[in-house]
Amino acid sequence: MRNFLLNPVLNKEFKLRFRSFKSFLGLACYLLALSILIIGFIYLVTRSSPLGLFRPDQSKTMFMLLSFIQMGLILFITPGLTAGVISGEREKQTLNILLTTNQSSTSIILGKLISSVSFLLLMILASMPIYSIVFLFGGISPGQVITILGYYIFTILAFGSIGIFFSTLVRRTIIAMISTYGVTLFLTAGTAFLFSISLSVNQMGITTNNPVPYFFAMLNPAMILFSFLEPDAFRELSSQTGMGIDFPLWAAYLISYTIIFLVMMFISIRKLRPNMKVKSKG
Amino acid sequence: MIEIVDLTKRYGKFTALDSLNLTIEKGSVFGFVGQNGAGKSTTFSILATLLSPTSGTAYINGYNISKEPKAVRRQLGYMPDFFGVYDQLKAVEYLDFYGASYGISQSERSKLIPQLLELVNLTHKQDSYVDVLSRGMKQRLCLARSLIHDPEVLILDEPASGLDPRARVEMREILKELKNMGKTILISSHILPELAEMCDSIGIIDQGRLVAQGSVAEIQQRLQGEKLIIVKLFHELDRAVAFFEDQPLVSQLAKRDDEESLQFMFKGSVQEQVQLLKNALLHEIPIISFSEIETNLEDVFMEITKGVELS
Repeated sequence: MRNFLLNPVLNKEFKLRFRSFKSFLGLACYLLALSILIIGFIYLVTRSSPLGLFRPDQSKTMFMLLSFIQMGLILFITPGLTAGVISGEREKQTLNILLTTNQSSTSIILGKLISSVSFLLLMILASMPIYSIVFLFGGISPGQVITILGYYIFTILAFGSIGIFFSTLVRRTIIAMISTYGVTLFLTAGTAFLFSISLSVNQMGITTNNPVPYFFAMLNPAMILFSFLEPDAFRELSSQTGMGIDFPLWAAYLISYTIIFLVMMFISIRKLRPNMKVKSKG
Repeated sequence: MIEIVDLTKRYGKFTALDSLNLTIEKGSVFGFVGQNGAGKSTTFSILATLLSPTSGTAYINGYNISKEPKAVRRQLGYMPDFFGVYDQLKAVEYLDFYGASYGISQSERSKLIPQLLELVNLTHKQDSYVDVLSRGMKQRLCLARSLIHDPEVLILDEPASGLDPRARVEMREILKELKNMGKTILISSHILPELAEMCDSIGIIDQGRLVAQGSVAEIQQRLQGEKLIIVKLFHELDRAVAFFEDQPLVSQLAKRDDEESLQFMFKGSVQEQVQLLKNALLHEIPIISFSEIETNLEDVFMEITKGVELS
């Protein structure tokens, strides 16, 4: 752990990232936009209510809205932040020098992953107090907020690992970017689409207890978010549609993305440096 | 020390490096000369564990590059021919980052970095951002970076390329200092005279093969199987021509434009050259001067890389 905290790549990137005024301006703008959204939402709701009330269930709707906005932001920004970190160094001709140092490939890859998504993590963390406005009105438990925060961090790291993977394997940043966005699109919109198709096949009654929709649902980050925010509604949906598997969907998400993360990291670490062994051709 | 054994690198059908064998003793400076694309950078990349060889191997201070790349990296300071710098990083922070990457502790780094900056004459630029430094300063900073873990072996790929004459001289001075510090240095250039002065020995690489190796004087001598000799005469130019024409080792005899001297190519040893002059004097040819024209190193290089193989 001590070694990890002293990771030179991480330290350097933090230094570069957090000393620029632009970064803080960006953060301020994001928080401002979020605040305006919340105030606007409350304003509209209270205006339309005859007594000028803001009820707990409306507070919950607002929380859901914010959560989905942040989720979209994460899925949209993470590939862009991560897909260029290794290939970008290669293009800037700084990678070679870094690879001749004693720093282990694991340390470089992990340092790059954490540092590239750190600003996004900061944005999410900094928005937490604004998020907590909903506590004033009720309808959401602190546990839920913590769960969602944890879920965000997990999702950022999982999708970030895909970006690092392409960045390590593909020479050019632009192609690494496109590949990462492609995979992200498949894991979000693609799985949602396949989920709804397989669900409609189920509903046509061709098969009962078909587990296929479950496998698509467990890969879809938005679906998992929904299951966190509306557990009851979600339970009903899954029982009605007869997904056939009783295992909690969020746990399946956690397991499958942990596997994706580990595989992506493992390959990236192995492929960062060339294998110096001479391949004997007999 | 550096030991290269049968090192070969192929890209598909193209052979970038063809069974290279080379030993560089501890504390010596070896210059690697060759045209662009001859295989210098490929060799250096393999030694720096950035590229895997197709066959063969190399040892840096006894560590095998294929089997112990980690240990090799500890022994080695590498400066590539083209490199980038991180923008928004100050010179001190640049060195600090790489120092940390080598696992050097914070307290050691803060002692080491001023010394390195001093060595490469960049103390006055320590708080400047790296990307605004001039090319020569960046090269020097990169050199300082390659020294941060006090490696015994330095591999410098074209450290003086793209530098103006003054910056070249500064770079050369620094390299001399490093040589005095006892580092084993492998340095490359596509310009031979640039290396001649500071290298103990040089190797000429062409199309992935080492075509000549030895001290600068040796290389020059080996190529000078033929020497250009100019003889200045008091008078009797025609008698001199007739005499030299009959000599077996003389060829391409010609009168020079000044009408009082002649030139020819002489193919023979130093002793034979002495004998030739003695004979000429015995024949009472009125020689004022008898001189060998120094072939320029540049010509030597051009000659070797024309495809002539010297074993």
